[in-house]
Amino acid sequence: MSKPVSVDDTSFDQVVLKAERPVVVDLWAPWCQPCKMVAPILDELADEYNGQINFVKVDIDQNPKTAARYGIMSIPTLLIFKNGQPVSQLVGLRPKRELKQNMDAALK
Amino acid sequence: MQQDKTSYDVIITGGGPAGLSAGIYTARARLSTLLIERLAIGGQIATAEQVDNYPGFPDGIGGFELGQLMHQQATKYGLQTVTADVNSIRPADKQIEVNTTGGDYTARAVIIAGGSKRQKLGVPGEEEFTGRGVSYCATCDAAFFREQPVAVVGGGDAAITEAIHLTKFASRVTVIHRRRELRATRILQEIAFAQPNMGFCWDNTVEAIEGEGFVERLRLNNVRTGEKSTLAVAGVFISIGFQPDTGFLKGTVPMDPGGLIITNERMETGIPGIYAAGDIRQNSARQAITAAGDGATAAIYAQKYLTEQA
Repeated sequence: MSKPVSVDDTSFDQVVLKAERPVVVDLWAPWCQPCKMVAPILDELADEYNGQINFVKVDIDQNPKTAARYGIMSIPTLLIFKNGQPVSQLVGLRPKRELKQNMDAALK
Repeated sequence: MQQDKTSYDVIITGGGPAGLSAGIYTARARLSTLLIERLAIGGQIATAEQVDNYPGFPDGIGGFELGQLMHQQATKYGLQTVTADVNSIRPADKQIEVNTTGGDYTARAVIIAGGSKRQKLGVPGEEEFTGRGVSYCATCDAAFFREQPVAVVGGGDAAITEAIHLTKFASRVTVIHRRRELRATRILQEIAFAQPNMGFCWDNTVEAIEGEGFVERLRLNNVRTGEKSTLAVAGVFISIGFQPDTGFLKGTVPMDPGGLIITNERMETGIPGIYAAGDIRQNSARQAITAAGDGATAAIYAQKYLTEQA
């Protein structure tokens, strides 16, 4: 089992931007109900892409700088980073299939 | 893990209260049952912060938690669940074929409980600014608009609940409604009209959402006078109702012009073995509890049908 790990404003650069693999960042907050629905889907995906893609989550209530840095105004939002750059931004609850398409694209 | 199988007694499409209740009943009837969900277990109700009208929870319950509990209950009796989009449902020679993005399945009975999806405005800027000031969830996104002006489009319970929530964050909340009075229930209207930072823009529709990178203004049209105006906002929350997602079922089951599936009081669609339950059917009261009731009804009559067929 591989589970998304929490990162914060201070560890974000090291864990996400300097990662050697693509990283899926789940931006969420405790008050956001659809964010809770995304979490089990990401748990599954973290298993399926274990060793290929890293999965992290950022509580934007505790870490507003990361949200502001990427202009986040809606959650849940998933950002996919590759070589320190965001390559996909997925806003709202999306089908697992669509998430996989974006993850597969990041692996190419 | 049980061996992957593709043939079931019952297939349920949709993992909201209707589908999950149906699953509890069919699984307890010892019918092999597969539930196919497109997005995430719980359906629309799972996005509700708190549900106060579902019997049995005097202090209310989170919508997400309610969905999880229903799913646990159904799974305990053997319900299986997969995540996939359903492409088609076709009756074929005593079986019903269900084609999905996750593979093909067959069942002897199908309960369609796919619910509805959020209606979009369909105006220029809506797609472009989604996540850049256009939002469909005030409880999720209100905090991004502290001390900024926002608008809410719609006049029903959901829209007014969202607008009231936003008054705690935004500098000003303008409700844009195409009619001259709200559809929302009285108690919500009373709360809304008492908010000092809430205003109403009656008889208006949004024609376009504009800005440079982020939402900056709305172009409005007064439907009575034809007068055009502009409203400066940093965010716009769209809450204009729901529409059924039944396009792929055209020609398979009878529907009304709005795409809602027509059933009788047994949730039968008129196509043998195919039932519909919850928000996806015509005349649904669109409540978690009525959807759950529909699901149970559909499951009971599906079970009878299968017994008679055997």
